Amino acid sequence: MWAAGYLLKRIAFFLLIVWTAATVNFFLPRLSGQDPIRERLIKLVQSGSAWGKGIEDMVELYNEKFGLDKPLWQQYLTYLGDMARFDLGHSIASYPRTVKQILRDSMLWTISLLTVTTLLSFLFGTVFGAIVAWTRAPLWLRSLAPPIMTMAAIPYYLLGLILLFIFAFELRWFPGHGGYRIGHIPNLSWKFLMEAGEHAVLPALSILLSSLGFWAIAMRGMMVTVEGEDYMTLAEAKGIKSGRLFYDYGLRNAILPQITSLALAMGYVFSGALLVEVVFGFPGIGTVLFQAIKGVDYPVIQGIVLAIILTLATTTLILDLTLPILDPRIRRRT
Amino acid sequence: MAVRAEGETATRLSTSSPMQDALGYLRRNPPLAFGLGLILILLLFSVAGRLVVNVEDASPLSAPPFEAPSAEYPFGTDKVGRDLLAVMIVGTPLTLRVGLLAGILGVAFASLLAFAGAYYGGVIDAVIRLVVDVGLTIPSILILILIAIALRGVNPTEMSLIVAATAWLWPTRTIRSQVLSLKERAYVDVARMSGMRGYEIIVRELMPNLIPFIVANLVNTTASAILATIGMEALGLGPTSHPTLGMTIYWVILHAGVLGGYWWWWLAPVVIIVLIFIALYLTSIGMDELANPRLRRSV
Repeated sequence: MWAAGYLLKRIAFFLLIVWTAATVNFFLPRLSGQDPIRERLIKLVQSGSAWGKGIEDMVELYNEKFGLDKPLWQQYLTYLGDMARFDLGHSIASYPRTVKQILRDSMLWTISLLTVTTLLSFLFGTVFGAIVAWTRAPLWLRSLAPPIMTMAAIPYYLLGLILLFIFAFELRWFPGHGGYRIGHIPNLSWKFLMEAGEHAVLPALSILLSSLGFWAIAMRGMMVTVEGEDYMTLAEAKGIKSGRLFYDYGLRNAILPQITSLALAMGYVFSGALLVEVVFGFPGIGTVLFQAIKGVDYPVIQGIVLAIILTLATTTLILDLTLPILDPRIRRRT
Repeated sequence: MAVRAEGETATRLSTSSPMQDALGYLRRNPPLAFGLGLILILLLFSVAGRLVVNVEDASPLSAPPFEAPSAEYPFGTDKVGRDLLAVMIVGTPLTLRVGLLAGILGVAFASLLAFAGAYYGGVIDAVIRLVVDVGLTIPSILILILIAIALRGVNPTEMSLIVAATAWLWPTRTIRSQVLSLKERAYVDVARMSGMRGYEIIVRELMPNLIPFIVANLVNTTASAILATIGMEALGLGPTSHPTLGMTIYWVILHAGVLGGYWWWWLAPVVIIVLIFIALYLTSIGMDELANPRLRRSV
């Protein structure tokens, strides 16, 4: 019974987020009363730029869809239709390429980087937070807490700048720019994957180190609460071994809210990672966004906004649907 | 004189001045003391710096480019000849101001929505909750980017306004949940039964009790506003003609200043930004304790 209602509610929320994304994407750039994409295209045509015929075709197509002769609501409906078919149009700066092509390549880089770093950070941070709260943990481990938690207050990319200087410029242990060597073509061979891994070490380390503290702080709070529960005192009085007390009684009960906040944290991780990629010239979506802002390439910027929100909404939906399986309390609530 | 002093003592039931009270509290709350102290030091750096350094040197072409730190330019100079010491002196308070203004606007709007929604409930509350839920799922930096590209070329004050556009979401959620639990208290029932109107209860009964909590929220919101501001600036959407900390990071990234070996170019802004975040983080921990004295911190 609960399942159908819960499922419908979550799916409705997912659709609401996607619709919001498409709507802000349409209206916010038009805030100034003008359509900045048209302005940009007109300027390019007038300046007789190098794109030539291609860009004129693009202007024609754009006018056909979002021409001034059409009322705003009709343009909006056209836009929603395009988004529903995931038709994001062409890039202005690198014209014949579509936004979809650009996104497909860069999204793969970003998602691989973020999946690995987020899982590692979640794992290490959670375990670390639990240990720090555990009164029987060794002192040297607990004394690591203040520095790691302070790191959580520092933006990822500033740590990135520091790591870039130490490990890429001074020590030259890792490459400092790009996702692979210049001239190489991305493929799935072992050799290329090793090369890409080497390039990803520093960006991954920046995200990992500065996001550890977030999980540690939250987990420590939960663990302290759990430690105060009566069943912990009872278990201890019964003489249950310290290790079992820690894992089965403490950790397992404290970890559930962590999984809930995973959904919320993904947005934060995504925004932080955008600039880490820029710092390292990592060929993901952040670097593409940086270039698009520099080149005033609106269709690409809008495409990235939509793609990120879509990814986050999907992640949230998946987590929302797995949570009731992990936590019976949610099942009972709805 | 003596009579007045006596009267004061009688009403306040304390022999110490408010100043002494505050200092005494700070001694019992080290995170708050360190956090506020650090912010004070950063502001002093900027005020004292203005007396020694010509702030005009924060604009391009006022010094030779790429000078390493020396007696004449203690923080060095950047690619286009800005004196980086002058940039830090102007940029630090500018960055703090942008964040604080966005934080105040965000928390003020959030309080309005939270009190109205949580107290009156109904459709308004449902709409506010839905908007906040959706808004918090979307990374605010994306919304800010869309607004900033529509209004190309902003100044620091406009930057605050842009950042405030999403800064209210989180405080609305937290303040609302506080109001929800507070309005169930017995004294609110008493006020209601004694014939107080809704807005009177909000202003006279609920708000005074939530002020410490709202101030704690202001610190957090200011910190996220500064994070968002510097992030946008680093992406190239900031006030290009103003020497803020985030813009300095943007120039460093744009001209590959780290791999170029110009360590002084990024070291000063990174250190100051990190100090700002640590200061706000400590202040926020301290504020939590002030707003919620029952909260016992462990470790």
